[in-house]
Amino acid sequence: MNAFVAILRRDLRLAMRQGADSVMVVAFFIVTTTLFPFGVGPEVNILARIASGVIWVAALLAAMLSLERVFQTDYEDGTLELLTLSPAPLELLVLGKVCAHWLTTGLPLIMAAPIMAVMLNMDQNGFATLMIAMLIGTPALSLIGAIGAALILGARRGGVLVSLLVLPLYIPVLIFGAGAVEAALLGISAQAQLQIMGAILLLSLAAAPFATAHAIRQAVE
Amino acid sequence: MHRFAKPSVFLKLTGAMMPWMVTLTVILTVVGLYLALFASPVDYQQGSTVRIMYIHVPAAWMGLFCYIGMAACGAMSLIWKHPLADICARATAPIGATFTALTLISGSLWGEPMWGTWWVWDARLTSMLILLFLYLGYIALVNAFDDPERGSKAGSALALVGAINVPIVKFSVDWWNTLHQPASVARMDGPSIDPSMLAPLLIMAFAFTGYYFIVLVLRVRLELNQRRIRALQLSGVFDDRAPTSGDDSNLAYDQGHNAGAGK
Repeated sequence: MNAFVAILRRDLRLAMRQGADSVMVVAFFIVTTTLFPFGVGPEVNILARIASGVIWVAALLAAMLSLERVFQTDYEDGTLELLTLSPAPLELLVLGKVCAHWLTTGLPLIMAAPIMAVMLNMDQNGFATLMIAMLIGTPALSLIGAIGAALILGARRGGVLVSLLVLPLYIPVLIFGAGAVEAALLGISAQAQLQIMGAILLLSLAAAPFATAHAIRQAVE
Repeated sequence: MHRFAKPSVFLKLTGAMMPWMVTLTVILTVVGLYLALFASPVDYQQGSTVRIMYIHVPAAWMGLFCYIGMAACGAMSLIWKHPLADICARATAPIGATFTALTLISGSLWGEPMWGTWWVWDARLTSMLILLFLYLGYIALVNAFDDPERGSKAGSALALVGAINVPIVKFSVDWWNTLHQPASVARMDGPSIDPSMLAPLLIMAFAFTGYYFIVLVLRVRLELNQRRIRALQLSGVFDDRAPTSGDDSNLAYDQGHNAGAGK
């Protein structure tokens, strides 16, 4: 447990000192969302209709773009090798890094999401559900994404590759995340979608650290 | 099973089986196509368009079958670290991707006259499209490393993670209300399709399976032989200065083969 806290604090401190990473993710999220009114036109009803989907897709892309830094720098300077050699289980260390990734990308995205929802004229009924759905969904994105980030260590053109690997696996989160908000907007209970998202989160929490740790071990071997 | 997985045994065994497999597959394909295109009845609603089914459905089965095979090979290579499982997984991916693409294309050609649209964002169609993306991701990942061994290992892990999509494709028509019709052959209460259509369908499915195994074996043999050539080149057999008498090259040939086999 100490190792988990230590790695979490280290990664958070690194993110704080470098600073720009979290801000960049949120900036990317906002800019991408802003593109849609230009693309589909400023018609209020259309924007309100597509708001939940647009926000989710932009959040997905923002979370994906930040994946590369989870392991890449540690891989390049050899830290990852030392981590695999440490007596603490690598799965736990991976979980610590994933937690740090979520705190520095998922959490800022959740806070930025309602602002974009307001700008896209989303109905107020959906706000609470959007926040809850993102609260459940973004940790799953970090967990699943970590597998992809670990698999591409040492690959050529890793950044492009990670999108091809991770985005198909993100689709369930997108379907049920946007579905939950849709349900709330229609005035139906979003409980079913949120429960499925919870199941996705639990499943990825149980499986992703092992898959990621396995991928890291073969990358540094 | 590990006995058959030794590359030299595999090469000898498949070399002997190949003519039989090809003959059987050709017969199945000819009979299946004749039954499907001429002898089977037309559908009372769909007319002759229903004949697309005899390509579409077996291709879809093979798309899933290849993925399961790929994931199983990936698991085997991770557990037993067997080089042949790696090669099989890599060789299966493009075949499976082609079957999946064929499913999507033939389905789209079928959908246009029947549903009035080339494409709908329906659970079955979408999950099949994701399957294609998973294949493409696997192929891209496996080829992204300078060290092929490392590519195979990363690919195996990805294939296993992506296997979650297979049950989603299979049961998508039961879980969601879809435009795509529910399962009519692989059902708990027996097939709901008429025997006159089921027979050509199953024959075509076997023909597709035979085709898959033929192409798989060809690709695996190709890869094994390429590795052998590479190992021989490294050991200097093709070098001009190397002695070229029979005994020496045979020795190098064996060494090269062993190096190619990994262990």
